[in-house]
Amino acid sequence: MNLEIIGITVLWSFLFGYIVIGAIDFGAGFFNAYSLLTGKERILTKVIQRYLSPVWEVTNVFLVFFFVGIIGFFPKTAFYYGTTLLVPVSIGVILFAIRGSYYAFETYGSRGHKGYSFMYGLAGLLLPASLSIVLTISEGGFIEMVDGHPVLDYWVLFTSPLTWSIVVLSISATLYISAVFLTWYANKAGDVSATDLLRKYGLIWSLPTIITAGGIIFELRRHNFEHYSNIQTFWLLFLISFLMFIGTVWLLWKRRNYGWAFGLLAGQFAFAFFGYGASHYPYLLYPHLTLYDSFTNPAMAISLIIVFILGLCLLIPSLVLLLRLFLFNKDYVRGKDNFHV
Amino acid sequence: MGNEEAVFYSRVLTELTLSFHIIYATIGVGVPLMIMIAQWVGIRKNDEHYILLARRWARGFVITVAVGVVTGTAIGLQLSLLWPNFMELAGNVIALPLFMETFAFFFEAIFLGIYLYTWDRFENQKKHLLLLVPVAIGASFSAVFITMVNAFMNAPQGFDIVNGELVNINPIIAMFNPAMPTKVAHVVITAYMTAAFVLAAIAAFRLLKGSNHIYHKKALYLTMKLGFVFSIATALIGDFSGKYLAEYQPEKLAAAEWHFETQENAPLVLLGVLSDGEVKYALEIPFGLSMLAHNNPKAEVIGLDQFPADEIPPLYIHYLFNIMVFIGMWMAILSALYWFGINRGWKRVSSRWFRWLIVLGGPLSIIAIEAGWWLAEVGRQPWILRHIMRVEDAATTSGQVDLMLMLFALLYLILGIGSIVVLSRMFRKNPVEQELEDRHMEKGGDLH
Repeated sequence: MNLEIIGITVLWSFLFGYIVIGAIDFGAGFFNAYSLLTGKERILTKVIQRYLSPVWEVTNVFLVFFFVGIIGFFPKTAFYYGTTLLVPVSIGVILFAIRGSYYAFETYGSRGHKGYSFMYGLAGLLLPASLSIVLTISEGGFIEMVDGHPVLDYWVLFTSPLTWSIVVLSISATLYISAVFLTWYANKAGDVSATDLLRKYGLIWSLPTIITAGGIIFELRRHNFEHYSNIQTFWLLFLISFLMFIGTVWLLWKRRNYGWAFGLLAGQFAFAFFGYGASHYPYLLYPHLTLYDSFTNPAMAISLIIVFILGLCLLIPSLVLLLRLFLFNKDYVRGKDNFHV
Repeated sequence: MGNEEAVFYSRVLTELTLSFHIIYATIGVGVPLMIMIAQWVGIRKNDEHYILLARRWARGFVITVAVGVVTGTAIGLQLSLLWPNFMELAGNVIALPLFMETFAFFFEAIFLGIYLYTWDRFENQKKHLLLLVPVAIGASFSAVFITMVNAFMNAPQGFDIVNGELVNINPIIAMFNPAMPTKVAHVVITAYMTAAFVLAAIAAFRLLKGSNHIYHKKALYLTMKLGFVFSIATALIGDFSGKYLAEYQPEKLAAAEWHFETQENAPLVLLGVLSDGEVKYALEIPFGLSMLAHNNPKAEVIGLDQFPADEIPPLYIHYLFNIMVFIGMWMAILSALYWFGINRGWKRVSSRWFRWLIVLGGPLSIIAIEAGWWLAEVGRQPWILRHIMRVEDAATTSGQVDLMLMLFALLYLILGIGSIVVLSRMFRKNPVEQELEDRHMEKGGDLH
C-alpha cells in the first residue's frame, strides 16, 4: 500500500462518515420541518431534537476534515476543483451556513420557531444535492481546458441525465438513511407513534434510492465507459450492497431488529461507496487528474499521516464518550433527564 | 469578466468573509476561557451567581459558535475557490497546521456538545467544569494553527523553488516560521481581551438599563479585571510584533508608521495626513519608532526608500495601525481605572457615564480586531506569499466571482441580523432575576 492509497482511503472514509451522519442530520431537519407543516410535530419533533442536539457540530467537522485533508494530500485538486467549483460549492456553503446557524437559532434561541425550522429543514435537503454535483463533475466530460485553465461547462452539466440522477439519489438517500436511523432511535426511546411514522418514511424512500442508484450505473455506461467497465470488476461489492439493502427493507417491513436494519443500511452504503471509490481509481477527475499526479510531497504526506494517527488517539475516546453519554444512554434517549444549558 | 476583475472581486469577497468571520471567531476563541474562569470562581467561592454567569454565557456562546463554524467553513472553502493557485502551493508546504486545526475543531465540537448537555448532571460541579477544558483548549488551538498559516504567508520558509518546482519541503520548518510566535500570541491574547471587554459591555449595559442586580456587578468586575490583564499582555506582545516586523518585514512596519526614509533616531508618527508625500498634522514621539523596532532610541530603522514602488503596501494602513493601538491603549486605561477605582471605593467608576464608556468598549474592541486584521492583510500587499507569489497571480480565473460576492454579502447580512435578534431575544425573555428565582424554587427551599 503506497502513501497515495493511504491518503485517499482516509479521506474517502471521512467522506463516507460525513455522508451517513450528515444524511441523518439533514433528513432529520427535513422531517422536523415537514412534521411542522403537516401538524405531526407532536409525534416527531421531540425524538428528532433529542438526537440532533448534542451532535450537530460534530457532523460539520467531518466535512471540514475532508476538504482540508484533500488539499493537504492532493494539492493539485485546489487548482482543478477550486477553479471550476466556485458556483456549486459556494451555493453549497451558503446552504450549509443557513442550515447550521438556523439550526442553532431554533434549538438554542427560539424553540419551535417555525420560520427557522423551515429554513434549516429546506437548506439541509438542498445541501446534499448541491454537494453531489462534485461527484458528477469528477466523472469527467464537464470540464474543458481553456488557456491552461479548467472551465466548467454549465450547459452540458445541467442537461446531463447523470447530473439529475445523482441529485435525486442524494436527496432520496438522505431521507432514506435518516428515516431508518431515526426509526431505530425512536424505537429505543420507546416512542411507538414516532417509530411507526419514521418506518413508513424509511420504506417510502427506499425505492427511489435503489432505482436511482441502479440507474446511475447504467447511465455511466454512456457517460464514462472506462469507469463503467471498472465498476463491473467490483460487481461483488455492489451485489453485497444490494443484498444488504434487501435485508434492511425486509427488517423494516417485518417491524423488527431496527438496530440491525440500520447496521445493514450502513453496510449497504459502505460497500457501494467504497466500490464506487475503488472503481474510480486512479482518477480524482476524469481524465485530467489522477491520485498520482496530484499527490503531495513525501515529507508532507508522512507528517499528515502522523498527525492523523495522533489526532485519532485523541478523537476516538472523545467520540466514544459522546456516544455513550447521548446515543447509547438509555435515560438520555428516553428523555428522562434534561441537563441542557 | 476579465481576470483583473476576478482578482478584484476575489479580494473583496475574501475581505468580506474574513471581516465577518473574525467577529465570531474572536468571540469563539475568547469566551470559552471566560466561561471557564467564571465557573471556576463560582465553584471556589461557592457563589451561585458566577455559576449562573457561566451558564448564561455558554448559552449565548452556542449561537456565536454556530455562526463562527459556518463562516469558518466558508472561508476554508473560499481559499480554494478564490485562490486556487495559492492553495495548490500552500497545500504542499503549509497543509500540516491546517490539518491540525480540523482536529482542534473536532475536539472542541465534541466536548462542547457534551458540556452543553450535562449541566447539573454531575453531583460534583468540578467534573462538569473539566469538560469545558477541552473546549477552551480546542478553541485556542484552532486559532494557533490557523494563525500559523497566516504567519507563513508573511514569512514563508521550509521549501525551495528550483526551476519552478517546490523542493526540500519541510512542513515543520514552514510551521515554525519567524512570524509565528508574535502573531500567534497576539491573535490569541487579543481574542481573550476582546471577549472580556465584550462581556463587560453587556454587563454594563444591563446595569444601565434598569437592573441593579449584584450579578451584573460581579460580571462587570470580573470581566474588566480579566480585560485589564489581557490588555497589558497585548501591549507587551505588540511591542514584540514591532521588533519582528523591523527584522523580517520592514516594509510593512515602515508603511504602517509612514517611515519614508531610512534613518537613526526614528520618531513614531501618529495620525496626520499625507499631502504630496509630506506628513502633516501628525503627532510625533521622538525616538518612538527606533524604540519600537529595536529597543534602542538611536537605532536605524529601514524606511520605504529601500523598496521598489510596486512592493510597498498601501499607505492607509497607517490609520488601521493607529486605530488598533489607540483602542488597545484606551481599553487598558479604562479597565485599569475601573479596577483601581472599585478597590479604592471611587464613586465615579460606578457612575452612568463611566458605564457608558465600558459599553462603548465592546464595539471598540471589535473595531480594533478588524483594524488589526486589515492591517495584517493589507500590509502584506502586493504579496499573498511574501516575495514568492503575488495576489493577482493567485486568484481564480472563474468568471462568476461578482455574483458570488453578492450572494455571500446577503448571507452575512442574514446571519448577522439573525444572530443579534436571537441573542437579544434569548436574554430578554429570560432575565437573570427571573432565572435566579426559578432556580431557588426548583431547589425547593422556600415553597410558600
